[in-house]
Amino acid sequence: MLPGIAEAAKVAADHAAEVDKDARFPVEAVQVLRESGALAALVPVSLGGAGAPFESVARSCFELGRHCGATAMVFAMHQIQVATLVRHHEEGDWFAGYLSRLVDSPRLIASVTSEVGTGGDMGRSIAALSQAEGGLCFEKKAPTVSYAAHADDYLTTVRRAADAEAGDQVAVLSSRDQTTLEPSGTWDPLGMRGTCSPGFTVRATVSPDQVLAAPFATIASESMVPISHIVWSHLWLGIATDAFDRARAFVKALAAQKPGEPVPAAARLSHVLSDLSLLRGEVGSALRDFVEMSEEPGRPRLSTMAAALRFNSLKLAASEQAPKVCQGALGVAGIVGFKNDTPFSVGRHLRDTMSACLMVANERIHETNAGLLLVAKEV
Amino acid sequence: MSMPVQEQDIEQTVREVLAAHGRLPVSADQISASDDLYRAGLTSHASVGLMLALEDAFDIEFPDRMLTRSVFESVSSIAAAVSELLAA
Repeated sequence: MLPGIAEAAKVAADHAAEVDKDARFPVEAVQVLRESGALAALVPVSLGGAGAPFESVARSCFELGRHCGATAMVFAMHQIQVATLVRHHEEGDWFAGYLSRLVDSPRLIASVTSEVGTGGDMGRSIAALSQAEGGLCFEKKAPTVSYAAHADDYLTTVRRAADAEAGDQVAVLSSRDQTTLEPSGTWDPLGMRGTCSPGFTVRATVSPDQVLAAPFATIASESMVPISHIVWSHLWLGIATDAFDRARAFVKALAAQKPGEPVPAAARLSHVLSDLSLLRGEVGSALRDFVEMSEEPGRPRLSTMAAALRFNSLKLAASEQAPKVCQGALGVAGIVGFKNDTPFSVGRHLRDTMSACLMVANERIHETNAGLLLVAKEV
Repeated sequence: MSMPVQEQDIEQTVREVLAAHGRLPVSADQISASDDLYRAGLTSHASVGLMLALEDAFDIEFPDRMLTRSVFESVSSIAAAVSELLAA
């Protein structure tokens, strides 16, 4: 785990119920994450950073998830952007300088990848870069931008130029003072309420060197997609683990009340544990696979269909399994789990994990897999 | 500079398969051998159909290591992969 995560997790836990109830940003925990240096932990040593291993970021997402799902999601979304920049910047380019500056002045990066009108396909854009006074500009209608109003910078996907095909995308980093956000909706969702992710029309003007040189399709397949699925599934596992822990505390309290008597809820708890174990196994093995593939020079395996299927399967399994564990925990704890104000409450956990199947809709991932399965050899 | 006959044939067949299965917004003969097919509008969905059609046309199987974006990004990169498999 990264330095500062234990403290951030404690602060996040103290405010989790209120963050959820009021659908407000977890400012206190994110402030701890800023001050601890955790936001820039992935910046490599060569750029003046701590060069923390990716595993420690994934484990930090798990730990934060055990205390506040929204805080964990904000942290995870930010780390996806940092990891992407670390893996795809080029020596001496604008992004190398940007990453160096992150070390001393931590900045929170939001992602603007989804777009109204693309049917949830992140591999296509309508918005495009065009020439403007002072550089390049774009306007993008995003149905949701996580913590947009609280971010310092935005990583946005757009078509390379006005005449580029929908799939010919690049990623652009714009700072808050280069970006305007026009709200296009409200934010009162079922779960992950503290991420504060309403829709916005995003407009920005940037310098040409703020466009990542690598095509977004490469960035997506080698980094953004697998990393998203790994950090998300770690935090979903964290939330599910806390729901299980709460159900377990309930069963132990029951057993303590009637020493020596059978506790039927304990058998139900065992069923929940088996679901949790499956989730834990898949999340852990996916992380190991990803790290192994990332360490190979040129990362050839990460761009194969087999790898896409591997990490798509993680996302599908984890997003279905995490709410299942939370629902199982609710079944164990019964009414005290259903109520929102007991030590055994798991309503927030259940609602937060129900967002998992929507973050890149599972049906869209199944559609993608359906094509890949026709051609891939070893699956 | 002239290509050996077999390589010319391979590239020609790749172009025919691309025209039939690539679903490109432009005509396949307007595309040079080194043009980026994805920038020309090859979608990931169409690329799956293209891969299957190429396997069928040449009676080959692309191994997983070749099922990447970079192998299918141009007519010449596809032709090179096909040549490698036919030579093996």
